[in-house]
Amino acid sequence: MMAKKTYTVSVYTENNVGLLNRISAIFLKRHINIDSFSTSESEIPNIFRFVIVIKIESDRIEKIKSQIEKQVDVIKVFYHTDSETIFQESALFKLPSDVLFEKRQVQNIIKNSHARIVTVSREYFVLEKTGFRHETEKLRRDLEKFGLLQFVRSGRISVTKSKLPIRDLLEKFKQNHTDQINTDHE
Amino acid sequence: MEGIKTSSVGSNKPLHISGAEAIVRCLLAEDVDIIYGYPGGAIMPVYDELYKFQDQLHHVLTRHEQGAAHAAQGFARVSGKVGVAIATSGPGATNLITCVADAMIDSTPIVCITGQVGAHLLGSDAFQETDVIGISTPITKWNYQITNADEIPEVFAKAFYIARSGRPGPVLIDITKNAQFDFMDFEYQKCTGVRSYEPEIIVEPKKVKKAVELINQAKKPMIIWGQGVILGNAEAELKELIEKSGIPAIWTILGLSALPTDHPLNMGMAGMHGNYAANLLTNQCDLLIAVGMRFDDRVTGDLNTYAKQAKIIHLELDESEVNKNVLVDLVVLGDCKDSLRLITEGIKPNSHPLWIQNFKDLYQIEYDKVIKNEIDPKSGLLTMAETIEKINKYTKGDAIIVTDVGQHQMVACRYAKFTQSKSNVTSGGLGTMGFALPAAMGAKMGAPDRQVVAIIGDGGFQMTIQELGTIFQTDIGVKIVILNNNFLGMVRQWQQLFFDKRYASTELINPDFVTIAKGYHIKSKQVNKREELDKSISEMLNHEGPYLLEVIVQQEENVFPMVPSGACVSSVRLE
Repeated sequence: MMAKKTYTVSVYTENNVGLLNRISAIFLKRHINIDSFSTSESEIPNIFRFVIVIKIESDRIEKIKSQIEKQVDVIKVFYHTDSETIFQESALFKLPSDVLFEKRQVQNIIKNSHARIVTVSREYFVLEKTGFRHETEKLRRDLEKFGLLQFVRSGRISVTKSKLPIRDLLEKFKQNHTDQINTDHE
Repeated sequence: MEGIKTSSVGSNKPLHISGAEAIVRCLLAEDVDIIYGYPGGAIMPVYDELYKFQDQLHHVLTRHEQGAAHAAQGFARVSGKVGVAIATSGPGATNLITCVADAMIDSTPIVCITGQVGAHLLGSDAFQETDVIGISTPITKWNYQITNADEIPEVFAKAFYIARSGRPGPVLIDITKNAQFDFMDFEYQKCTGVRSYEPEIIVEPKKVKKAVELINQAKKPMIIWGQGVILGNAEAELKELIEKSGIPAIWTILGLSALPTDHPLNMGMAGMHGNYAANLLTNQCDLLIAVGMRFDDRVTGDLNTYAKQAKIIHLELDESEVNKNVLVDLVVLGDCKDSLRLITEGIKPNSHPLWIQNFKDLYQIEYDKVIKNEIDPKSGLLTMAETIEKINKYTKGDAIIVTDVGQHQMVACRYAKFTQSKSNVTSGGLGTMGFALPAAMGAKMGAPDRQVVAIIGDGGFQMTIQELGTIFQTDIGVKIVILNNNFLGMVRQWQQLFFDKRYASTELINPDFVTIAKGYHIKSKQVNKREELDKSISEMLNHEGPYLLEVIVQQEENVFPMVPSGACVSSVRLE
């Protein structure tokens, strides 16, 4: 069996209800575990971008891409290896406030990790750290012994080093549509 | 909705009507004149409109929602139009699901409409509420829940466009009850494009050129075609390529009937119960040209040994089918109607008499070992094959043959003769027992001037036997042939060959089918003697209206040739 590799799959879609279910079902049907999944509006108004991280054999990734792309409301799918993308994850850490004031070590950890203090109250404070998995993971390990109250990490978000021609694709559709209307009126 | 192309139908001022009436008007605007369905609480407003529009839209009341959607499939398969089935929420909707899965895997254009509880009740576990959108998502080409009457025209236009364009498939529209009752301004525009979906692919000339080169160089080329040829209306283009190139051609069961059976270059069926030559020579050809087919495991057997010696060209519309199961040397993406024509224009006329002789020699072996005894047995009970042969004798290959799933299906596909396309209706990819009887009803209504013969096993028949009621009430003149061996024959065959004859739960103790048919006022007869078969078949085919003929066949007949599951195609067995 071929070795598995990490791929970041970027899915550009229409903003339609139920699409998340439709896309995740493609992975479910093939027994592929999703490492991370995030979605947001993209650079184009009303077009959404899913960023999905999976570990999969290199001969299967192209098949997954075309299965997702086949869905009616999906505009285009791209996949990239880690070296082809700029990617980050965010993490939030909630800790009791006393450690912030009583443990010098905690202040050093915050300083060295470049984490940001989001809020401080009498009972707790919240740190935010954005970076690579190993960075948020190291911070989690460092803070664990100080009574980490809550920890949460986001899915990967990523942009690609290469250009993704979504605007061109949408422009082409608009152009064809205009051509067709003009033909209809002739 | 953004990103949709439309074209107006008429230029009337908007009508102020209920959502339910809008639904019926959408169907009429899409030229739908027959729909199959079953009423219930959450779809009653639409049924009320169907009552008012009954002169323009014929609703066929089936006996189960599964019957409705299979009928819609049968209708679509023979007419090339979109079939429509309608049901209520909850159990009505879930009863459609098998058919939706069947239509998905067999690329059949159907639109299923399901009622849903009112939008304010969604998620409250209301009476007959089921998440049919969630359930149907992985098995629909597209689905959508309408919660607002204003959405109806655009969603219906998009649904029909998606179901029929590109590689066809099922679409499900779920409509909450409030959206059926609410009033809206109705104006219908047909959908002509969706920006996130590109069903039309322009064939690349350089791929055509490469295909032409490969075909011109080949010494032992072979074509394998599938349903893509029928869905793409490319039968004439396929025939022209075959005739100009002189290349022998084999088919998958969904491709059956695209080329007349008696065409000299039609070399029979591929796959598990396909012809001996078709399977053996797949692993001897030097070029395999796959047209509108998807290399299903029942066709290829073991992928590691499938046509490894050959260069493979794949003519395909659906990009996700390319290199999915079999890695090919050349992909010609696009509608095979275009690619076949372009390739035929480019190639030089040729013939391959020595190569074709191989097919003939192997056919002779298959004939001596298998076919002769099946179509012309001298003793014992009747066989499935001789029954099909008798049907051929009277229909002369002009009938639509609808089959269920199992031994009788394989035998019918092997022996039934066809002179025209869109004449073989069967559940291929999903293998849905119970498909044939309702699908045959739809087929007869989709092609009312043609003889429609449903060939069904005693097992599958009892899965949708209640549709005899629909056949009687609607007077659908379908001929039903039950090949009764009192067994679930295909499973029994596997038990015999691979499970040391442990016949676990495959023997059926059956009711009197003739009496059952009589109960439904359908003329019926049982035949179990060879000397009466000919006359019985002719009587059935000449009868006006529906007819059920039960043929008692050998109990432990096996279907050969056979490529055991997962084995190499060249290990095809004749006994």
